[in-house]
Amino acid sequence: MLHLFSKNGINIVLDVESGSVHIFEPTAYELCRLINEAFDGDNEKLISTPESIFDMQSCPKKIKDDLISLFCFDPDEIEEAFSEIKALYKEELLFTKRDYAINLPDDYPIKALCLHISHDCNLRCKYCFAEGGDFGHGRKNMPFEVAKKAIDFVINRSGNRHNLEIDFFGGEPLINFDVVKKTVAYARSLEKQYNKNFRFTITTNGILLNDEISDYINREMSNVVLSLDGRKSVNDQVRYDVAGNGSYDRIVPKFKKLVSERDGKDYYVRGTFTPLNLDFSSDVEHIHSLGFDQISVEPVVLDSNDPLAIKEEHLDRIFKEYDSLTDKMEAHRNNGDGFNFFHFMIDLEQGPCVIKRVKGCGCGTEYVAITPDGDIFPCHRFAGMDDFKLGNVLESFETKKELVDYFKKSTVLNKPVCEKCWAKYYCSGGCAANNFNCHGDILKPHEISCEMERKRIECAVYLKALEALDD
Amino acid sequence: MKQIKTLVKKTLKKSACKGGCGECQTSCQSACKTSCTVANQKCENEARK
Repeated sequence: MLHLFSKNGINIVLDVESGSVHIFEPTAYELCRLINEAFDGDNEKLISTPESIFDMQSCPKKIKDDLISLFCFDPDEIEEAFSEIKALYKEELLFTKRDYAINLPDDYPIKALCLHISHDCNLRCKYCFAEGGDFGHGRKNMPFEVAKKAIDFVINRSGNRHNLEIDFFGGEPLINFDVVKKTVAYARSLEKQYNKNFRFTITTNGILLNDEISDYINREMSNVVLSLDGRKSVNDQVRYDVAGNGSYDRIVPKFKKLVSERDGKDYYVRGTFTPLNLDFSSDVEHIHSLGFDQISVEPVVLDSNDPLAIKEEHLDRIFKEYDSLTDKMEAHRNNGDGFNFFHFMIDLEQGPCVIKRVKGCGCGTEYVAITPDGDIFPCHRFAGMDDFKLGNVLESFETKKELVDYFKKSTVLNKPVCEKCWAKYYCSGGCAANNFNCHGDILKPHEISCEMERKRIECAVYLKALEALDD
Repeated sequence: MKQIKTLVKKTLKKSACKGGCGECQTSCQSACKTSCTVANQKCENEARK
């Protein structure tokens, strides 16, 4: 399977099953496109197989004639392009089929916890999927006893995994900061004994940040996610407190200070875009103008009936905005003040192995969420959905087998729609919670998310292609 | 080659042999929490490098 796309005059071809990526000159690109259409059966006059075409000494006459009449390409250049495409086919870098097994484990150690340290929040963001922070189950903080059990649980269930991840999440985790500190100290005290390396991360809206907390986060957290939607007007119309006061002025100075003292450790300033700011590339640029260079601005996740949900009618505008952001990022890079945009980051060479690429986030298998009551859910997005409760850390370290088995199936290999999609090894079949909320089935992808994901991957690969051309 | 520049050769097949150690970061623990993007995750398998 190939995916061919052009942007700003650069023609890119992805060979899906091998993972190879190529930049094509126009003659080779159009030739490759016609050959690909022939294999797809779109060209009725030439239904063939790779073997039958690439066993030929020269370009099939019908294709050559089409290229000359459609594009006035030079016949010698067409032959040259044909021989280059043929060489890549023989090297298994174009038109490849998967000829190896992807062996998934029978059992997954649990290696990552989303610790809902507080189901309370000091903001009332209009789009919050956690229903104002309490996930629909009342405002409460996680007692230290529950957090301690959660750490014991992940050590107990992590098998021989060395790196374990704990994300302090909410609600707003700083509301229960004392338990955050105690939990970190407790986990650290067990690292040597169990040969584990804990990595802590925290996601905060910044309202309660002060110098002491900021220092602590910079010392202990390997990554921090700082919530800010962009321009003050955009941020404050959806991110406000109980009294309706926007958060921007209170958080931006604190975020600047924290990041300035981060000493190279990971962070993201992370925003959400909604139909109210489909010009979100301006929000990304605004965040960058504040001095931040690790940025993520992501589509809102809401029930399709919600007035702030992303709908199909928004997609064309969103695609244009991603294109615009790509061009802006390139201009910044050329000016020497480039920045990272999380959804455009891609590692073509040493990215994740194909096993990770087919199984994705590990929701319900390697990754679970723990609520303030100690309930275990497949991930933060399923928290509070009683049908998905896997267990409770106060009662037992076991998790409900039939549910875990259900989530084990959530791989690209078990999603028929994904099997035919060129983006399957980049997105891993989408978010199980989005899929379930849309279709009642974790194996049926949420189409609007798929459309946006495919566009982002094209932008990401294009930016990589530009870098390669510069080299 | 004159008309084609290859940026990346076959990476996936090779990764199937030595992959699957599970030491890498869970994708939802990085920034996202609302979508599933894996291609930007770092590999932490020393045996693959």
